[in-house]
Amino acid sequence: MTTSPHPPLLSPGYRSTVLRAPRQQPILLAPSLSELTGPVLGEGPVVAGDADLSVDGSGEAQGQRIVVHGQVRDAGGRPVADQLVEVWQANAAGRYLHKWDRHDAPLDPHFTGLGRTVTDGQGHYRFVTVKPGAYPWGNHPNAWRPAHIHFSLFGRAFTQRLVTQMYFPDDPLFAYDPIYNSVPEFARDRLVSQFDLSATVESWALGYRFDIVLSGNSATPMETS
Amino acid sequence: MSAGPTPSQTVGPYLSIGLTWAEGPYVVAEDAPGAVWLHGRIRDGAGEPLPDALVETWQADPQGRFHTPGFRGFGRCGTDDDGRWAIRTVKPGPVEGQAPHLVVSVFARGLLHRVVTRLYFADEAEANGGDKVLATVPPERRHTLLAERDDEGYRFDIRLQGDDETVFFDL
Ligand SMILES: [Fe+2]
Repeated sequence: MTTSPHPPLLSPGYRSTVLRAPRQQPILLAPSLSELTGPVLGEGPVVAGDADLSVDGSGEAQGQRIVVHGQVRDAGGRPVADQLVEVWQANAAGRYLHKWDRHDAPLDPHFTGLGRTVTDGQGHYRFVTVKPGAYPWGNHPNAWRPAHIHFSLFGRAFTQRLVTQMYFPDDPLFAYDPIYNSVPEFARDRLVSQFDLSATVESWALGYRFDIVLSGNSATPMETS
Repeated sequence: MSAGPTPSQTVGPYLSIGLTWAEGPYVVAEDAPGAVWLHGRIRDGAGEPLPDALVETWQADPQGRFHTPGFRGFGRCGTDDDGRWAIRTVKPGPVEGQAPHLVVSVFARGLLHRVVTRLYFADEAEANGGDKVLATVPPERRHTLLAERDDEGYRFDIRLQGDDETVFFDL
């Protein structure tokens, strides 16, 4: 028997779950071909330059430049190749480019916070960005989210779809964050990237490694003829 | 870093930065034979609409086949300020003897993991009656999985919690 690494939907410390988490037990579904296949998005939505968030057409973003890379694998350890990876994040000051973000921190004219890329044949991805700042939120008094990057992955099947958040090592805010702590304790460190000297680029950017393992089965890969 | 599956986390309130895709709602072109809008509203346990949610759909083509060249099969639409979403697609064919259906993921601030449901078509009563997945759903809750014909296409509201809570599945 395996224990789920995923957070319970109802995690009252994260207040927004209270009215949004379903209260009925989900019904167990034996996956059919509908669930064991999934979209092959590949390069479709990706535009040149999408993997580098640290520059736009007219200049460089403020902040600590970083390289974030890793390998995407399925539960059997097989690399998930040629699949879309989407990321979004706050800027170095902890502000999102979003109409609802009213945090009193500066926007950055050269930073949108959106990135996209596709895994290579071995399931590897790589982004260049700036380290996001921590930011306050209204969940409880003096609440701050630890610095994080949002990740979205498809895998090879509907069952494998994952949206998660990548954190940075040794963040002192972990102890106070109900979203990070909603994850069962044994699996929390899977959300924390590691400093990676081998991915660090001399005189240019710090490297962080974040490997991702997708749960869920897929059908035998089908050829599209 | 430990091996083992990576835990899910919420998309948070700013999901539209990363998950908006201009082509997302258009699974098929406007002039595709059988093109129809699937649409609805997402509400929470207090009946309030969710302006920060996202619906994704995956489906077979009208012949019940997946990965047909030229047919993306995947739809994505964020909700607007009234919690409304809409995806233009075609009704799928039967898959492995099941009634026509789409598989649906819902993401939102406050959902630490996506929730998964299925969209069936109310006007496929005979096929629905023989569907092995619908058969596992208590009869009094099945209607939450049925999209109803309306002027715009088919309406499929999603209620995350409370009376008439949508049936969600555990994969
Ligand atoms: Fe965030």
